[in-house]
Amino acid sequence: MAQIFHPSMKVISRASIVAALILVAAGGWIAAEVYRSGYQTNVNVPREQAVPFSHEHHVNGLGISCAYCHTFAERSSFAGIPPTHTCMTCHSQIWNTSPMLEPVRTSYATQRPLQWVRVHDLPDFAYFNHSIHIAKGMGCSTCHGSVNLMPLTWKTHSLAMEWCLECHRQPEKYIRPRDEVYNMSYSPPEDQASFGKALARQYNIQSTRLTDCSICHR
Amino acid sequence: MDPKAHSAAFDIPEPLLAEGETYATITDKISGDVLQTKTPRGMLITLLVSFFLVLVLIGSISYLFVKGVGIWGINNPVGWGFAIVNLVWWIGIGHAGTLISAILLLLHQHWRNAINRFAEAMTLFAVCCAGMFPILHLGRPWLAFWLAPYPNTMSLWPNFRSPLVWDVFAISTYLFVSFMFWYVGLIPDLASMRDRAAKRWQKVSFGVLAMGWRGSAHHWHRYEMAYLLLAGLATPLVVSVHSIVSFDFAVGLLPGWHVTVFPPYFVAGAIYSGFAMVLTLIIPARKLYHLEAYITNRHLDYMAKVMLATGMIVLYGYAMELFFAYYSGSPYERFMILNRITGPYGWSYFMLILCNGVIPQFLWFKKFRLHILSLFLVSIVINIGMWLERFVIVITSLHRDFLPSSWDMYYPTVWDWGTFIGSIGIFVWLMFLFIRVMPMISIFELKHLLPWKGRVFDSSADAN
Amino acid sequence: MNESVNPSENSLEKRHWRSLSEYDDSAELRERLHREFPVDASTWDNPVSRREFLRLMGASFALAGLNSCVKQPDETILPYTKQPEYLVPGKPLAYATAFVMGGFARGILVTSHMGRPTKIEGNPDHPSSLGSTDAFTQASILSLYDPDRSQVILRKGEISTWSRFLETLERALDAQQPIGGAGLRVLTGTVTSPTLVGQLRALMQRFPKARWSGYEPVNLDNLYEGARLAFGEIVHSHYHFDKADVVLSLDADFLGAGLDSTRHAREFSSRRTITGPKAALSRLYVAETMPSVTGSMADHRLKIRSSQVVRLASSLAARLGVPGARTVPLGDSMDRWIGAVAEDLRRMGRGSLVLAGSEQPVSVHAFVHAINMFLGNSGTTVSYTDPAEPEPGNQMTSLASLAGEMDAGRVDVLLMLGTNPAYDAPADIRFSERLAKVPLSVHLGTHVDETAGISTWHLPASHTLESWSDARALDGTTTIMQPLIAPLYSTTRSVHEVVEEVLGRSGRKGHDIVVDHWRGGRSSKDFDGFWERCLHDGVVAGTSLPVKQVKLRLDVGALEFPAVPSGMELVFRPDPTIWDGSFANNGWLQELPKPVTKLTWDNAAMVSPAAAARLSLSNGNLVELRLGQDAVTAPVWIVPGHEDDSVTLHLGYGRALKGRVGNGIGTNANLLRKRPALWNATGLEIRKLSGHYDLAGTQDHSLMEGRDIVRVVAQSEYNENPESLKKRGHVPGPEETLYPPYVYDGNAWGMSIDLNACTGCNACVIACQAENNIPIVGKMEVLNAREMHWIRVDRYFEGDPDDPAIYSQPVPCMHCETAPCEVVCPVAATTHDHEGLNVMTYNRCVGTRYCSNNCPYKVRRFNFLQYSETEIEQTKLMRNPDVTVRNRGVMEKCTYCVQRISGARIEAKKENREIRDGEVVTACESACPSHAIVFGNINDKASRVSLAKADARNYALLAELNTKPRTTYRARLTNRNPELE
Repeated sequence: MAQIFHPSMKVISRASIVAALILVAAGGWIAAEVYRSGYQTNVNVPREQAVPFSHEHHVNGLGISCAYCHTFAERSSFAGIPPTHTCMTCHSQIWNTSPMLEPVRTSYATQRPLQWVRVHDLPDFAYFNHSIHIAKGMGCSTCHGSVNLMPLTWKTHSLAMEWCLECHRQPEKYIRPRDEVYNMSYSPPEDQASFGKALARQYNIQSTRLTDCSICHR
Repeated sequence: MDPKAHSAAFDIPEPLLAEGETYATITDKISGDVLQTKTPRGMLITLLVSFFLVLVLIGSISYLFVKGVGIWGINNPVGWGFAIVNLVWWIGIGHAGTLISAILLLLHQHWRNAINRFAEAMTLFAVCCAGMFPILHLGRPWLAFWLAPYPNTMSLWPNFRSPLVWDVFAISTYLFVSFMFWYVGLIPDLASMRDRAAKRWQKVSFGVLAMGWRGSAHHWHRYEMAYLLLAGLATPLVVSVHSIVSFDFAVGLLPGWHVTVFPPYFVAGAIYSGFAMVLTLIIPARKLYHLEAYITNRHLDYMAKVMLATGMIVLYGYAMELFFAYYSGSPYERFMILNRITGPYGWSYFMLILCNGVIPQFLWFKKFRLHILSLFLVSIVINIGMWLERFVIVITSLHRDFLPSSWDMYYPTVWDWGTFIGSIGIFVWLMFLFIRVMPMISIFELKHLLPWKGRVFDSSADAN
Repeated sequence: MNESVNPSENSLEKRHWRSLSEYDDSAELRERLHREFPVDASTWDNPVSRREFLRLMGASFALAGLNSCVKQPDETILPYTKQPEYLVPGKPLAYATAFVMGGFARGILVTSHMGRPTKIEGNPDHPSSLGSTDAFTQASILSLYDPDRSQVILRKGEISTWSRFLETLERALDAQQPIGGAGLRVLTGTVTSPTLVGQLRALMQRFPKARWSGYEPVNLDNLYEGARLAFGEIVHSHYHFDKADVVLSLDADFLGAGLDSTRHAREFSSRRTITGPKAALSRLYVAETMPSVTGSMADHRLKIRSSQVVRLASSLAARLGVPGARTVPLGDSMDRWIGAVAEDLRRMGRGSLVLAGSEQPVSVHAFVHAINMFLGNSGTTVSYTDPAEPEPGNQMTSLASLAGEMDAGRVDVLLMLGTNPAYDAPADIRFSERLAKVPLSVHLGTHVDETAGISTWHLPASHTLESWSDARALDGTTTIMQPLIAPLYSTTRSVHEVVEEVLGRSGRKGHDIVVDHWRGGRSSKDFDGFWERCLHDGVVAGTSLPVKQVKLRLDVGALEFPAVPSGMELVFRPDPTIWDGSFANNGWLQELPKPVTKLTWDNAAMVSPAAAARLSLSNGNLVELRLGQDAVTAPVWIVPGHEDDSVTLHLGYGRALKGRVGNGIGTNANLLRKRPALWNATGLEIRKLSGHYDLAGTQDHSLMEGRDIVRVVAQSEYNENPESLKKRGHVPGPEETLYPPYVYDGNAWGMSIDLNACTGCNACVIACQAENNIPIVGKMEVLNAREMHWIRVDRYFEGDPDDPAIYSQPVPCMHCETAPCEVVCPVAATTHDHEGLNVMTYNRCVGTRYCSNNCPYKVRRFNFLQYSETEIEQTKLMRNPDVTVRNRGVMEKCTYCVQRISGARIEAKKENREIRDGEVVTACESACPSHAIVFGNINDKASRVSLAKADARNYALLAELNTKPRTTYRARLTNRNPELE
């Protein structure tokens, strides 16, 4: 009786079994990678803005502190985006003809707000509060990265829940002295392990509480 | 085995296989049914009707995804409705397969050989139908994968304390093992199909599925080993799956759910309904394909006996529920039972007792067991009864629980019915498709039932 | 097993009960099974559209399982161009203003998020709020954002402009000038606004022959006339329940929906809560037709025909020995009741209080005044002041005379300011047809309502939260009302702005008008201070009216009674949630289960079980209610405890306004109301019609089945041995669990609800709805038992179905320490936090509904469909930004207002201190007028909640299940009169 299949099928069929398994595994892995990639999260993707505002220039170049513009960081959940007025305090004097700043001037003249693209955008069901994090010694750079080196702003962390939990599970690893909060070039001491624990105690942070769902979700 | 010995042992006039059957006749008949070009009219009609029901199912599900589970009759006290009733019902039906294949195999009940393939296929499709409902009944079905433990960006695990998570494992394992069992069992037959197929495409497709089976002693040895291992693997599942499904209720604190007897009573019920469904399908099927020679009345008789036995266990479960309600002294338990019997859903409880308790008692009589039509009807009655059992457990326990203020009624909507009927449709459809394209009786295993004199080597038959 | 929860007790009665408290199952089943399609999400459901398409898209994505791979859309931030210095983004601000109902002000504090008012709380400094609110006040925020509010000027139904209107008005006024405005008429509601009164008086000066009439469908006419009859002058009586040991209410629902109910509830409950070692409760007698909130609180409730109350009053007066009073036999049981009450009242002397409902005829009020005077209650439990209205009078007669003039064609220009007489005037006024005879009729209103439809001009009015105004409370206290937000629609004007136009002072803004009125003679310097203080406090200091000494000038013997009515009588009452119909388009109030009846989305002909049996009626049967030639059709709702020969029909329904919520539902009672029988009409013919109408009640079953749910104890029993209460029921000990106990260090949140104080007024329900972005689901979904309220008020009847005791029990989430819901959730969407909250993470929920099944209290709520509104812009503005908006397929429930807890915790932690007691106040607690709800930290032994839970009456619902609820109840006490046992 004539053979239906070529003998090579023997190998192929066996290989196919292994291949199938590998394919499934690979599929899962790729999906996970894509989901964590910059494509999804915009991490390390500089965002175009109406005005190409450079934190690098304003912070490093001019040494303006974060709180000068983001005035509510210590008081409210929302750090605050500076009103056009704040820009104009300087830019009515300097660069007051620069075409780059045209949108700012029009906004000021027409009282129409500037439109900034949100760089750090948490989903609406996660309630983040800047003031408490600052009060408990979480530095700006811990979450926002070295903004002082960013010509255009991008986010340096995914802001995914797993990332939040890294710190909420053991804040002592990231906590710093309160007066270092705005220090963009802060680097933790060698003894951060013990130092952090001490700070956490001093700021009376109950890390057990920090993983309650109700801390972030309401 | 000698048929005479059989009949002496079992005192049954009917043999397991009609006289005059040989290797050749068996192979010819069964593989012929698949390879023949013309399809029996009854088959065509059944496929057509069931396919229409499949469309109904698709329609209901689409509307469900557009609107949400609110299109069903579920409400605040009654959070679970038809979806869960159907889930449990189908899972139950799915039990006969593994029981017949695995347990009866290990117990050397050779009569099973005529029906195990059929039962396994049924199991497979029933479990598919069952597996569909837990996903459909979710408020946000597109997030069903959250019930599975996998590394995620939320760095969260599912809640392993929840019976619903156990279900995920139980049902998927069961589905996988049943499939393996069914497929491995098919291989030798697929090979003989391959060899007998006339058309090229048939040869190829059966060839691929047969995975190069040549029926060498080597193959047979491996095969027997694998099959036995799988049987051993599947046996605990028969018990575990429905026990775990029963935990969905038993773990809850509702009167009518929080009962220790649930696991055994659910398993018994499952086998009960499983065998009922096998009969409901196999009786018309064997008529369609004139398989009376292979699926003899004696098979049906055995199945009827199994039903009777499991049916009695189920009945005991009902009795236990009543006893607990009385003995617990808990006003809630007592009220629950009173409400079950005298409440607005009392009709369902009486129907349940009638279908599962009273009518099957006829099975005590051999005459009745061997009267095919009555047996067929009883099997249908039992199917209905087992569905009602789940209805009673889910609905009447929920609709009046602890605080009378929250008591309310549950009324299924057209969409509840659509999904339910539709699931039956897809089940029957798949079942008959299977019968059409695969040997519905295990050819080689059936040959074990041949009396010795029948086992003459016939060159027209293949060496398997 | 303990006996207290044995169902076999009085089971006979139960069976009898079930038959009437539930609908006929079989019929219902058939009816439902035949309903072709399950209902849509809600009456808000928009026509199939982009929304539907998006849903389909969503579904298809769902099917593909792709949703997790869809990129989050970019979001833009719009900073201010100039930052207002007082405003911190993310931090709410609160402003004091007032909510006006029936013309009278209730002080409120309005929370504003980024310039959007989102929540209303009571103003503690305001006499008729005292820091609390009622359901109406809470719901008024929704009226502001009501998408159906009128947004355009209409001329004969055609869209027009202000300038056109002003031209027309000017021409008309010019014509009026020479004749002194003889053809000019103004119709308002009850007006207490000093500014508006000033304006209207100015108007009268400009047009001396012009007339101004005020008409509210629910008004104080009978009170005023009663006072006039008794004292010869119009005075307003203020009741002081905190000073009353015995209270007799003659058909007065003073705790329920009413003008001063919040203050009443507070004062009354102060005498129903236990302060000392022994309970010394006041005693409440209520005689009424339709079971009311007040009736449910009564120690002794007498059901009586409304028309009989005057006889009761007379007999009572006679029993007390009021000179001239006649005894009228009312049958043994009633006479015995009256005797006992009279005895009790006399015993208490100056500590007693008798009051009558504003719906009761003048004579009853006259008797009440006489009795109170006789008992010497004046000055203790009752005090009298001038009315807060600058120009009080009989509104009914003034409306009638206006109608007469209209009929005679003497009215050329009619300004209807914020009224809707075409709907709410009595039928015999025939307002609509008479309005046709007025050449120029102008209607100012927030909605295009019945009157707007038939007036020549309709002007859109701005909401009170959008405009400057002022108003007085019943005691005269004045509030300057400041806007919380610029008018949502540029076309709207406030009543002041419109009247100013009539005064010929064109285009003046509300702010200037109000300021100018109040500046008066003051120098700008001290005025600014005064103004600041008024706005800040929410009250103008020293504006409450002085107490007035009155003398009884009445011989009660001279009061004659109407003839003894025969047959059945029809009783009209303002609706407990829709009032006179002015809240008809308010979804929250429509879906709010009405106290006692638990009915939503409809009014109905309320009858007693006996009457229903007599007429072979069951819930939902349609009946024809006929008075003479006029008849309406209404569905029947059976109310245990209702008087047997009366039918009650509530006002406010059968509206024909252009609104997607309140339009065309229910029966319009006004079609049957005729003078003088405005509140109860005798000679009612009731006829059963074929056909059934679905009424959406939220509680099918009203019996406790002998379960220990609402715990009721006699005061005497409590005083003898309080500790005995603790032994009630089976409370599992700590040993009855396999798990080691979890120790809550730090805060442990808990709640205590005092069933003795709770009146079941529903304020908490709406407060919760407003605070937590809870959607409405619509009538059909309520019929499907899918209402979403996080806190519900359960109502139970006990005893004789014809005259039962009525109990209310608010049920929020119990926040069980061993919560059955948490174990069963497969995705850990509901978990326990370290402060003992049973938290629900919506965005993790996949919607198995297992938690809800396993919740013995059934307090969990599921979004079976897309309930929360996603299309209407206005409702988006209203949302509380601190609470996630839940979508389809997600479970939700009471969170103990976790957003408020988090807010307080963050502030406390920033200051490195503990959260103070009372710093976290849940929405329900802050709304509760009777302080029945207390929330706080149970680990702090000094906290209010700890003290409350220390009370011997403290008990946990279904404690035997060992769920260890954090929400516990305090048993209700009764103070019955032994003579009536």
